Amino acid sequence: MSNSPDDPDAAGPRQRHVEMGVAAFILALGAITIFGSLKVGIGWGAEGPKSGFFPFWIGLLIVATSGFNFIKAYAKPSRKLFAEWVQIAQVLKIVWPMAIYVAAVPWLGIYVSSAILIIGFMRWLGRYSWPLTLGIGLGLQIVIYVTFEKWFLLSLPKGPLEDLLGL
Amino acid sequence: MESIGDLMGGFAVVLSWQNLLYMVIGIVLGVIIGVLPGLGGANGVAILLPLTFSMSPTSAIILLSCIYWGALFGGAITSILFNIPGEPWSVATTFDGHPMAQKGQAGEALTAAFTSSFVGALFAVIVITLAAPLVASFALQFGPAEKFSVFFLAFCSFVGMGKEPPTKTIAAMMLGFALAAVGTDTVTGQLRLTFGSTELLGGFDFLIAVIGLFGIGEILLTMEEGLSFKGKAAGINPAVVLQTWKELPRYWVTSLRSCLIGCWMGITPAGATPASFMSYGIAKRASKNGDKFGTGEIEGVIAPETAAHAAGTSALLPMLSLGVPGSPTAAVLLGGLLIWGLQPGPLLFVEQKEFVWGLIASMYLGNIVGLVVVLTMVPFFAAILRIPFAIIAPVILVICAIGAYTVHNNSFDVVMMLVFGIAGYFLKKCNYPLAPLVLAIVLGDKAEEAFRQSLLISQGSLGVFWSSGLVSTIMTLGLIALFWPFLSNLSSKILTPALRK
Repeated sequence: MSNSPDDPDAAGPRQRHVEMGVAAFILALGAITIFGSLKVGIGWGAEGPKSGFFPFWIGLLIVATSGFNFIKAYAKPSRKLFAEWVQIAQVLKIVWPMAIYVAAVPWLGIYVSSAILIIGFMRWLGRYSWPLTLGIGLGLQIVIYVTFEKWFLLSLPKGPLEDLLGL
Repeated sequence: MESIGDLMGGFAVVLSWQNLLYMVIGIVLGVIIGVLPGLGGANGVAILLPLTFSMSPTSAIILLSCIYWGALFGGAITSILFNIPGEPWSVATTFDGHPMAQKGQAGEALTAAFTSSFVGALFAVIVITLAAPLVASFALQFGPAEKFSVFFLAFCSFVGMGKEPPTKTIAAMMLGFALAAVGTDTVTGQLRLTFGSTELLGGFDFLIAVIGLFGIGEILLTMEEGLSFKGKAAGINPAVVLQTWKELPRYWVTSLRSCLIGCWMGITPAGATPASFMSYGIAKRASKNGDKFGTGEIEGVIAPETAAHAAGTSALLPMLSLGVPGSPTAAVLLGGLLIWGLQPGPLLFVEQKEFVWGLIASMYLGNIVGLVVVLTMVPFFAAILRIPFAIIAPVILVICAIGAYTVHNNSFDVVMMLVFGIAGYFLKKCNYPLAPLVLAIVLGDKAEEAFRQSLLISQGSLGVFWSSGLVSTIMTLGLIALFWPFLSNLSSKILTPALRK
C-alpha cells in the first residue's frame, strides 16, 4: 500500500469524519436496541427478568461507548485521510456489481448471476480475452453445480434459464 | 492416565481411509483459504459448514478443523514469499520471514515457519489432551452464575488485551450482543427487536456475519489497496529442509517460551494475533541477536509462528470444555457443533466421548499431515497467489454468496452478507475489532441465559456473582482483565518514581 493517505495533497474523506459517522451509526443502532427493549419490557416479570432486560443494558452500553467514541473523534484535530477518492472509487467498483448481483440472485438464480458477475468483472477490470473470461465464468458454474447439487445434494437458487434447461 | 486410553480410542475412530482423506482435503483447502485474500480460517469454515450437514459429526469436525490448521499454515506462505500476511496472525512473520526470502533463504524461512507451527500446535494439543478433561469435569459443577462469570472473563479479556481502544472494543462487542438478541428470546420464547419484519424473526445468523465481515470486508480492503503481488520464488527441497531442521533445536528456549505465550493467549481468548506479536516482541528483547531482528533472523520467524499456532490450537480447549471459544474460527466450529446437535461444554466429554477424543486425535494427525502437505506443495500454493486479483475477486465473492445462501437456503441472507461486508470494511478501517463482535453474536444467547438464570436464583441481586469463592475469583479476574491497560499504567506510574530514587 502507498503512503498516500498521509500525503497532504491527496484528496478524500477525513478519517475523523468517517469515525464520527461510524460512531453515530452504532449509537443509532444502540438507541434502536433500547427502544425495542422498552417495547417488550425491561423490568421483572413472572418469569424473572423480562425479554428486554438484557438488551436494554446492552443498548445503554452501546450508546455510552459510541457517544464517547464520537466525541473523541470530533475532538481530535487530525487531517489524516480515511482513503483517497481514487481508492474509494476502486472499492465502489466492486460494491456496485456486488449489490446488483445480490439483487439479481432471487430472479436469475445463482448460476446466471454468478456467470455475469465473473465475466463482467474479468472483462471490465481485468481486460482478459473472451475465451479465458468465458472459460472461467462458465466453467466455474459447472464446478459449482456438480459440487453442490450432485455431490453435497444442496439446492441452490435457480432462475428462468434453469427452468428452460429442465435442471 | 484415563485420558491416554480415551485418546487411543479417538485414534481408532479417526484412522479410517475416509477420515484421512477428509484430513488431506481439509488441509489443502485450508492452505488455499489461508493463502487467498478475502478467505480466512473463520469464514472459510463458515462457508463450508453447510456442506457438512449431511456428514457424520466426527468426519465433519475433522474436515473443518483441518481447514483451520491449513489456514494457520497458509498464512506463513504469503507472509514470507509475498510480504502479504494472508491472515492477521502472520503479520509478525513478515518482519523477518520476508527479508529472509529476499536474501534467497525462502526455503529456510518456510521450513522454519512450518516446523515451528507444527511444534506450537503439537504443544497445544498435548495441553488440550491433559487439561481439557480436567477442566470439563471441574466445569460440570458450574451453575448459571459460574457460567456467566466465564463468559464475563472471556469478553473482558478482549477489552484488556486488545490493541484497539477499549471503548471501541466494547462498542463492537455490545453490537454483537444486540444482534444476537434480535428474534426469539431463548428464555421466554417472546419475539423482540424485530420491529414487525419477517426477515428478522430468526435473528441474525453468525455464519452470515462471519462471511460478510471477514470475507466481503477483506475483499473491499484489498480492492482499496490496489493489490500487486511481487513474490519471491519458492524453492524448497529436502536438503534445505534437513539443513534447517538441524539448526532449529538451537532455538528451543524461544520455541518453548512461544508455546507457553501462545497457549496462554489462546485459552484466554486474546487469540493468535496478539500472541504472535507478543512472542515476537519478547524474543527480540531476549535474543542476543535482538538488534538484528527485522533483517532476516530465523528466530524472528520461529517466535511468532510457534505462538500463533499454539494460540490457534489451544483456542479449542475452552471451546470444548467450557463452550467458550477462544477465537472467531473456534466460534464458528462451536456453531457447527450446535448445528450437528452437539452441546459444547463439559457434558460433551461425558456424553460424546467418541466425538471429543476423535477430534483431539485428529488434531495430532491433522498437524502431521499438514506439515507434510505444506512442505511438499509450497510451489503449488505460491502459484495460486499469482492468479490476478481481477479473476480471484469475483470468484471469491461468488463462493461467499453461495456459502451465505446455503446456511438457511435463503436469498435474504446473501443481502445481509453484503451489508455485513460493507459494515466490516468501515469497522476495520476505523479500528473496531471484529473478533469480539462475532463471538458476542455466537455466545449472546448463552451469556444472556446464564445471566438471567443467575438473577432468577438471587431474586435480582447482582451479589450472586460474588456469592462463592469460585465465582467471585473468576469475576474479579474478569474485572482485572477489563481494566488491565489502566491498571498497568497506574502501577508503572507508581513504581517508576520509586525505582528512580
